[in-house]
Amino acid sequence: MKIALTAQGPHWDSAMDPRFGRTPYILIYDEDTDELTAIDNRAVDNEAHGAGPLTARKLLDAAPQVLITGNGPGGNAAAVVATAEIAIYVGAGNMTAKEAYAAYKDGKLEKM
Amino acid sequence: MKIAIASGKGGTGKTTVAVNLASYLAETRPVVLVDLDVEEPNSGLFLGAEATDGRDTFKMIPAWESTTCSHCGQCQEVCNFHAIIALPDQVMIFPELCHSCYACSELCPTSSLPMQPVKMGRMSWLSAGNLSFVESRLDIGQEQAVPLIKQTLAFVDERHAAVPIRIYDCPPGTSCPVIEATREADFVVLVTEPTPFGLNDLKLAVETMRHLDKKFGVVVNRQGLGDDRVEAYCAAEGIPLLARIPNDRRIAESYARGQRIYEHFPVVRRQLAAIMDAIKEAAS
Repeated sequence: MKIALTAQGPHWDSAMDPRFGRTPYILIYDEDTDELTAIDNRAVDNEAHGAGPLTARKLLDAAPQVLITGNGPGGNAAAVVATAEIAIYVGAGNMTAKEAYAAYKDGKLEKM
Repeated sequence: MKIAIASGKGGTGKTTVAVNLASYLAETRPVVLVDLDVEEPNSGLFLGAEATDGRDTFKMIPAWESTTCSHCGQCQEVCNFHAIIALPDQVMIFPELCHSCYACSELCPTSSLPMQPVKMGRMSWLSAGNLSFVESRLDIGQEQAVPLIKQTLAFVDERHAAVPIRIYDCPPGTSCPVIEATREADFVVLVTEPTPFGLNDLKLAVETMRHLDKKFGVVVNRQGLGDDRVEAYCAAEGIPLLARIPNDRRIAESYARGQRIYEHFPVVRRQLAAIMDAIKEAAS
């Protein structure tokens, strides 16, 4: 299974970013291969509007089954994410990516 | 002459100045007052009559034709505002992000994105003697003020071409709506209050107006409220201080009753005259 996390840096120890659309990185953890890759989303800083749909489009390209984030995608982004079957877990905004994944595995995160 | 009444900070008295100045000028000549604060128009509250004539306003948004779309994804590529997202099997359009630039529609190889009108708000108008009034109001949920401001100004150009003086009641802030509302103004009046907030946002507004190469001056409203740093700033920057409206509870009460305060307070009438004198001098 592929797990996506919104994070402020490209590593497991990076702090999560509670925002979806404006997250600087999307981490993709492939549970089958135990591989962690980072999608650099920092360019979103240059966008005055439309960060949500843009980040959602990137997320869809990575095709994860699960998204772990903080606040959850806003309206526009949620509409894009909803076109794919991605389970969204929220409430991980104040953790590191590693802690967020552990919390998800332990069933401690709220499903949106 | 087009006079825009703007400010950095909200709630400094733009509408007070705009309504009173327009009404004062209309004592002797035809004037159009235009409320361009389309997210929250309130000039009309002080006119004593409702603007009942009007029409809906629309902006053009692409609509997706699923049957002809080849899913090439070019629409998403050309959209600078991420208002259109091309997914593998569908195209999603976000009308509130769309700037009606037509790029996706014009460049679509299969013409699958025809532009269609979508209601964004309503424009209303009324005329009473020398004073004509036009206001626009954005629908709830609409995020973009600029297209409506643009249409309103075009309407005024058309309907009131012969009226020599226009007063624009502008939105607050220094972003796109303010730029659009002041773009064609011959003079911009920046209304501020003598407080740290007022000064901070005045500086932003001054920077914006300088960038736009506008002639402008400052009106201090609620003079006596805070400190004299706004005046010191204007003096140091060589910005004309056009007028000072005193901080007086009776003026606030009059305003709260929906009155045009210059009709009740000679001090305000004198300040309006001073504003016009200074504008005429600056513009000549």
